[in-house]
Amino acid sequence: MPYIPLEDHLPGITGLLEYRKDTAAPIRELTQILLRGESTLTEGERELIATIVSHRNSCRFCTAAHTAAADILLGETESTAQVKADHHSAPLSEKMKCLLTIAAQTQESGKAVTTQAVQEAKDAGATDLEIHDTVLIAALFCLYNRYVDGLATVAPSDPGFYEGLGKRLKDNGYNRLPQGYDHLKK
Amino acid sequence: MAHINLKEGVPGIKSLALFRPETGKPLYALVEILLHGPSPLTKDERELVASYVSYQNNCMFCYQSHSAAARRLYGAADFIVSEVINDIDTAGISDKLKSLLRIADKVRISGSAVLPHDVEEAKNHGASDREIHDTVLIAATFCMFNRYVDGLNSFTPSDRDVYDEMSKRMVQGYVLQTH
Repeated sequence: MPYIPLEDHLPGITGLLEYRKDTAAPIRELTQILLRGESTLTEGERELIATIVSHRNSCRFCTAAHTAAADILLGETESTAQVKADHHSAPLSEKMKCLLTIAAQTQESGKAVTTQAVQEAKDAGATDLEIHDTVLIAALFCLYNRYVDGLATVAPSDPGFYEGLGKRLKDNGYNRLPQGYDHLKK
Repeated sequence: MAHINLKEGVPGIKSLALFRPETGKPLYALVEILLHGPSPLTKDERELVASYVSYQNNCMFCYQSHSAAARRLYGAADFIVSEVINDIDTAGISDKLKSLLRIADKVRISGSAVLPHDVEEAKNHGASDREIHDTVLIAATFCMFNRYVDGLNSFTPSDRDVYDEMSKRMVQGYVLQTH
């Protein structure tokens, strides 16, 4: 049970973003720009960064949600599975593997990001903006994961829930739904 | 040297916001609403949470800037800030604030490190749901900022006076100046 009163029909992050909408607005805006805005990284690749960080932070809700979103966007499930097991062996470009290494280091601590990892990413063709966005996405999910678990929000056990959520993240992105979330009440 | 091409001599978060103003805008908006917007926690208490988390994350830019802001807000009681950094248990703050800072530190370690009895203790000392929420979100937010600032190895000035100057603007509001 969550540590503060949240709406029953909104598990995970959604209930928190509805609990305090004024802080949710810039968090949603930042996420929409980083994960759905213009970028040389695909939406699927950016969801993989969210997935590896959430997985390493052991945040069940965020890991399942972003795995689902990445699977839909990539059209396959092998990448997310490999990224969580060992991203070096994932069926991804060399550049993407280097960026995931930087994301994993960021998850540990800002100071854990090495000059060598950054150089390897650059050698594999990563731009400054791609490196910047990778670090900021990883840092942002360190926020989300702590927000979601720090207040003990509910992570549904039904896989169908995350399939639905993943589809919503693909179709609507991270902006608040214009009509709100009352339609999710059962 | 920073890991990416940031403007020389511009410190910490500002250099990053100038590198990518589009993301800088919501980042500044978030910190402004969290630290200065409506909350049952006072501004000095919120800066204290930001300082404590940044210190524990070893992010010296965020620690030095936010602790300078906290000192400025505490005024004559500015010694509170170093007392908290040294030891929450013996610091001259309320039991409620102590229990909230303990929750903030758990959040810093991991979200799931926050246990029901940590929250129970804060509630027993009079913390409201909203105070607990805001503490968790401030702590989580600084886990993001600390990683962003250090993960790209942005410039951390070593001169304390720089932070003192910076804190004069911080207490007025977190506004991204693009020049």
